[in-house]
Amino acid sequence: MEHIKADVVIVGAGGGGLRAAIAIAEKNPDLEVALISKVYPMRSHTCAAEGGAAGVKTADDSLQMHFDDTVGGGDWLSDQDVVEHFVEQAPRELVQLEHWGCPWSREDDGSVAVRPFGGMKKKRTWYAADKSGFHILHTLFQTSLQFPSIKRYDEYFALDLLHKDGKCRGVVAMEMRSGRFFHFNSPVVLMATGGGGQVFPFTTNGAVKTGDGMAMAYRAGVPLKDMEFVQYHPTGLPGTGILLTEGCRGEGGILVNKNGYRYLQDYGMGPETPVGETVLKTMELGPRDRLSQAFWHEQKKGNTIETPWGECVMLDMRHLGEKKINERLPLVRELASSYVGHDPVTDPVPVRPVIHFMMGGIDCNLKGETRMPGLFALGETACSGLHGANRLGSNSLTDLLVSGKLTADTACEYAKTAGGSADDPALTAQAEAIVTGIRELLQQSGGDESISGIRREMRTSLEEGAGIYRDEKGAVTTCEKVAELRKRYVNIEVNDKSNVFNTDLQSALELRNLLVVAETVAEASLQRRESRGAHQRLDYTERDDVNFLKHSLCFRQPDDRPRVEWSEVTITRSQPGVRDYSGDKK
Amino acid sequence: MIGIRQIELEIMRYDPEKDEEPHFQTYSVPCREDWAILDAINYVKDELDTTLAYRWSCHMMVCGSCGMMVNGEPSLTCKTFVRDLPDKVRIEPLENFPIERDLVVVLDDVMQKLHQVKPYIIRKDPPPKDKEFTQSRVDLSKFKQLTMCINCMCCYAACPQYGLDKNFIGPAALSLAHRYNLDSRDQGKSERLNILADHDGVWECSFVGACSEVCPKHVDPAAALQQMKIDGAIEWWKQKLGMTGEKS
Repeated sequence: MEHIKADVVIVGAGGGGLRAAIAIAEKNPDLEVALISKVYPMRSHTCAAEGGAAGVKTADDSLQMHFDDTVGGGDWLSDQDVVEHFVEQAPRELVQLEHWGCPWSREDDGSVAVRPFGGMKKKRTWYAADKSGFHILHTLFQTSLQFPSIKRYDEYFALDLLHKDGKCRGVVAMEMRSGRFFHFNSPVVLMATGGGGQVFPFTTNGAVKTGDGMAMAYRAGVPLKDMEFVQYHPTGLPGTGILLTEGCRGEGGILVNKNGYRYLQDYGMGPETPVGETVLKTMELGPRDRLSQAFWHEQKKGNTIETPWGECVMLDMRHLGEKKINERLPLVRELASSYVGHDPVTDPVPVRPVIHFMMGGIDCNLKGETRMPGLFALGETACSGLHGANRLGSNSLTDLLVSGKLTADTACEYAKTAGGSADDPALTAQAEAIVTGIRELLQQSGGDESISGIRREMRTSLEEGAGIYRDEKGAVTTCEKVAELRKRYVNIEVNDKSNVFNTDLQSALELRNLLVVAETVAEASLQRRESRGAHQRLDYTERDDVNFLKHSLCFRQPDDRPRVEWSEVTITRSQPGVRDYSGDKK
Repeated sequence: MIGIRQIELEIMRYDPEKDEEPHFQTYSVPCREDWAILDAINYVKDELDTTLAYRWSCHMMVCGSCGMMVNGEPSLTCKTFVRDLPDKVRIEPLENFPIERDLVVVLDDVMQKLHQVKPYIIRKDPPPKDKEFTQSRVDLSKFKQLTMCINCMCCYAACPQYGLDKNFIGPAALSLAHRYNLDSRDQGKSERLNILADHDGVWECSFVGACSEVCPKHVDPAAALQQMKIDGAIEWWKQKLGMTGEKS
């Protein structure tokens, strides 16, 4: 095994990991950063984000309004100290990105343009046409290239954390091109590995999003928080699950059912607004959880449209005209035309809700600190409590920047006091044990379970028991199913025995991580017996602040389903209230 | 209803641990007509042969992972549709790169080239304090198309010059340098000049234009390189004459 010492290890080189790496390199160029990623940085899934990044920009907006929208949008499960910091730092981070060259779209006067987004009372979403995440990622990647203290380990697959006396001490990773194992010896590890949307059958998430960081932390004894809150984006392309940005509706697109009726007005988001006129925080600009739930009801009522890819509603953007669509939504036009043959300029586009984002993740605080000293988390893989029970669109790209920066600053302070990365026989033994486990998995033969088979059963079960609406019976069945799959996993066969770029082995290891995401999503969905934000129970239809104004925490149990505990929500200035998306006409 | 068509996929296989030479393996795949060819490759991986190695992630034309040769053309496989392909499809790793394994190529060289051209904002003066630069839409439009590159490296696979001489910096990296040179916020053009005007820089381009033809994002590296030749010549003269020529 190769041995590498670093002052700080960052796992994941998407938007969050890169922002953190740059923050460390700028302020502490003497700290050596090992940036480990299973893919080249520009392949990270940040690239797929389309709509934009939220931060107060205009004179009629305020930090308080962004705070209120975020906390209300999260159905009051957000930790408000985190939200306060987030809204304060958001504009600064977005300006910083502009200074680094992000090609933001512009207003007539040459200032950065902002667009409306769901659940936001003011226009505050900074955007670069409909490729905002792509441009943010490439800007950060390219900017990072000027810092010699950032040493990249591209296409290294992180396997597990090393820890001793309750402290994080590094990570073990496999170099894909050689199959060689690397012991990264470091007192500081930042997890920035993104979410785990691949646990569901129908998702906007790329193949890389397999919850690796969440699973590594969980196996190391750190709980996963609020895993029941999984966001469906209301407008995915049927068949592929490709995202059509909320910007479609921000620019004026409308949603209609099979009768051409704007059904959202029947679900607490009316009255109807004039077509093509943007009215904030109501109708099509309601929050994602409400819109996705409305689809579910429309489908039950028989109001959806049968397409070759299943039941859909229609996203109609024709009234925007070709010029605006080309200027603001060129990727949407290309995707819809290519994958379902509907050009938004001339046709309504079929869409349906699709798994998009995990509000939950590695339990950490505002500064990214987990309960394991030396282990930090940021971005989608973390759960600092920012998004609560439902994330507002365009808050997550900003979160990568804000949490990336603050977590990096915190980690640097820790690195200065944590001492060096001394050789330690106990850690070496731990690393060897991890590698032995992987070698055994690679070499075992005669297994009668296939990776794709278990993955398929897991995904189907998650959709059935932990989808848009949940109930006790369905959630119990899914919990039991995932526990069964976890047992069956030991009998999987890795057919590829090569050391060189072994994606069969990688898929097996990713499946192991996905099963962690699956068991925690299912268990927390079962245990939260109320309805809040993205977690809706048919058998407990109301929000229950007496019993469940709390974060769920899933702890790993080696031979059993996860143990669930609860922790307090930090409330500073906004007491739980009613989420009102009925526009100005009360 | 969407039709199903049986397609023969001839996929290049190569495992350096056991193969002396790359060879082809054929798989018969029941393809939906609305599939991208990447879906067919995923079908092979999930249902027929789990040992096949290739890169992919987003399946929406933006992560740049899945560039391969499809019937001899450098292509983004998530953007190349079954409906546009015959019943026999040959899939090979991108041309002009060493093969790492199966359809996975070694990207070290191009990654180094992206780094080499200093693709980041270089400032001599500090940026505006606590606010953004003003940049008109016209100024943005000068470089916007060049920011669309997803680094899929199809242009390197198509480039005859890169095929002949691996020292040539090549289409994507040169376009990236030009993107920053054209950005009204940048003042680093003269720092990049030496790299670009070097014998491995823009002057090596023989203007075949294959890079622009295969670019799935319409970046048009060929046009960028021609502009750079003109810019480079002007810049060279400016430096000779002691004019810095930087934007302020």
